[in-house]
Amino acid sequence: MSVLSLIIKREFIAKVRNKSFIVMTFLGPLLIVGMTFFIAYLSSVNKGEVKTIGVHDRASVFVNDFKDSEDIKYVNLSSLSYDKAKDSSSNAFEGLIYVPEVKNIEELATKTTYISDDSPKMDFLMALQRTIDAKLNKENLEKLGFNSDTIEKAKIKSEVQFAKFSGEDGLKFLNEIKIAIGFAFGYLIMMFIIIYGNMVMRSVIEEKTNRIIEIIISSVKPFKLMMGKIIGTSLAGILQFLIWIVLGGAIMIGASFFMGGNQEAIATSQITAEQAEVATNFMDQIHLYMNEIPVASILISFVVFFIGGYFLYSSFYAAIGAAVDSETDSQQFLMPIIMPLMLAVYVGFLTVMNDPHGTVAVVFSLIPLTSPIVMLMRIPFGVPLWQLALSVVLLYGTFIFVVWFAAKIYRVGILMYGKKPTWKELYKWLKY
Amino acid sequence: MSNILEVQNVVKQYGDYTALNNVSLQVPKGSIYGLLGPNGAGKTSLIRIINQITMPDSGVVLLDGEKLKPEHVQYIGYMPEERGLYKTMKVGEQCLYLAQLKGMPEAEAKKQLKYWFEKLEIQGWWDKKIQELSKGMAQKIQFVVTVLHNPKLLILDEPFSGFDPVNANLIKDEIIELNKKGTSVIFSTHRMESVEEMCDYIALIHKSNKLIEGKLEDVKRQHRTNTFQVGIVTNNIEGLMLQLTHKFTLNQTNFKSLNDDLKLEVHLGQYNSNELLSILTQFGQVTHFVEKIPSVNDIFIQTVSQ
Repeated sequence: MSVLSLIIKREFIAKVRNKSFIVMTFLGPLLIVGMTFFIAYLSSVNKGEVKTIGVHDRASVFVNDFKDSEDIKYVNLSSLSYDKAKDSSSNAFEGLIYVPEVKNIEELATKTTYISDDSPKMDFLMALQRTIDAKLNKENLEKLGFNSDTIEKAKIKSEVQFAKFSGEDGLKFLNEIKIAIGFAFGYLIMMFIIIYGNMVMRSVIEEKTNRIIEIIISSVKPFKLMMGKIIGTSLAGILQFLIWIVLGGAIMIGASFFMGGNQEAIATSQITAEQAEVATNFMDQIHLYMNEIPVASILISFVVFFIGGYFLYSSFYAAIGAAVDSETDSQQFLMPIIMPLMLAVYVGFLTVMNDPHGTVAVVFSLIPLTSPIVMLMRIPFGVPLWQLALSVVLLYGTFIFVVWFAAKIYRVGILMYGKKPTWKELYKWLKY
Repeated sequence: MSNILEVQNVVKQYGDYTALNNVSLQVPKGSIYGLLGPNGAGKTSLIRIINQITMPDSGVVLLDGEKLKPEHVQYIGYMPEERGLYKTMKVGEQCLYLAQLKGMPEAEAKKQLKYWFEKLEIQGWWDKKIQELSKGMAQKIQFVVTVLHNPKLLILDEPFSGFDPVNANLIKDEIIELNKKGTSVIFSTHRMESVEEMCDYIALIHKSNKLIEGKLEDVKRQHRTNTFQVGIVTNNIEGLMLQLTHKFTLNQTNFKSLNDDLKLEVHLGQYNSNELLSILTQFGQVTHFVEKIPSVNDIFIQTVSQ
């Protein structure tokens, strides 16, 4: 067996056998699924609460328009005096909607007041304003001599269809789906780099603190040791990700089946024709979307950019591990690595969503430190081939340079003990 | 006798600091070679170059007559001063891994490992993790790892530091046995008594330069001071002293003796030992007459402080 594959094998086994790795691999999906359901549960608990709100509307302008809903109940307090209504509302109710008596009904647009000590929920406020708008609009129209029913009938709700110049039918929500896919992959790469880059760093530091490093590099070149570490760790990481996907999927399906089964007494075994039709329709829909999204090119570029980005960053991590004596010392060197990663995610979030082919998005998808994330976010929208090619060339070019650079730091750093190096010293090591 | 290792005019600089200044060494095949020098003299730098951990800026290193190349790592067994093992890895797996890194096939490594485990009576440790072993036990494993691949040349940097006396002795015996079987050994140390006991050749490195190199006896011969320790039973001490101080320089000294004698250290200077002896015999009975041979320690201190 070649020396490199020996090192890869050892690193892989060491990672996989590690207790915290095993625990995280099997507990991770449980935690995430558990968290999801916990949050779902919490919001369902929230829903059960019914809030009561008083309405003081002497002129009975709106009182019939406030309809009770699942979580809000309205109580008409118009018969009481304003002060009494306020008192009882502040004692017993969530709040009071006060509609003053005015000469001109239009004044109500600004004079209606919601009185409460708690600031109202956003959607409640919106609904309240919508109700007032609708009522006042209707009143206004009728005052001008229009029949509001006729106008209601005359209203048209448009639904724009999507098409392509090539003549195919377009799909709605395609952009949203593309954004979601791009983000999922971009985010995945970032997480992977941070988690497993850190693992590479820790394993370098471990060899240093164990003092075994000098024995190892009297047998193998530091460069091979570094590469073996990076590859071995990433293989362990990929294994962990695969287990997560499989396990997480299984738990999700199992859990939702369990929850669903509880609600509707189990009639699921007999699928009605209607349900079957819905299901096939759904499958057709998915199929249509799949045709629209460049699945193959997304997967291929995911692999290409993933490998490039991960290797690029882990070389940095390895160099940092070699330069310091303990993990606590690594913080000052880690900042400059995390920054571009965060930048990539935020830039991707802010620019790619608005304009996938705008200047900022294009530039950041070419810069090697941000390209693995930003480019993956752009790919579902179709990226010109020359940009893709340029980005890959830049990424791998930088990767080779950084590996060379990291190997130099690594070679010197692993034999240095005792003092925390400064940036200036790291620069000096490059010249040894 | 040919040389297992030749270092020719090696220069190594770290930035502005010169770690090795034109150093040359010859390590004869089958010898135990002591590489001496104070801390920071450049020993470790030299050893790292021999192990191809770092490259010299200029100069050549020949192993068994061949210029150093990557495959040579399998002929060298190296125990660095800063040493350790993977704490969470099992003993057996760890030894196999390190032997395989040196280019040894797995099956052969297993066989060798069995031999050593039996020899050091540690068969039961195969599945233990290093962190479960005591420090002394881990040191034994460390030694096994160093010699497992049957190196032609053993390089041991401060081999006995950190070993308890029992283990140190055990390891010393193993080293001597390996040497008898033909393995050449380079010792880097500043523990002089082990040098005195084991080494055939020594070299002294100080402030990046090699100051002394050669066979241990030759080096000692070069550093003899023409001083004799003398014991004599006499009743005319004053007369004797008068005679002696006339020709020689004298010092007080002490050594073990059963007689109630006068003990002196005599520098011969331009005279020879017979002249000293003939004076002594005129005054009484000579009970002790030995040339004072410089110890490695004396040579070391003398050379370094010059």
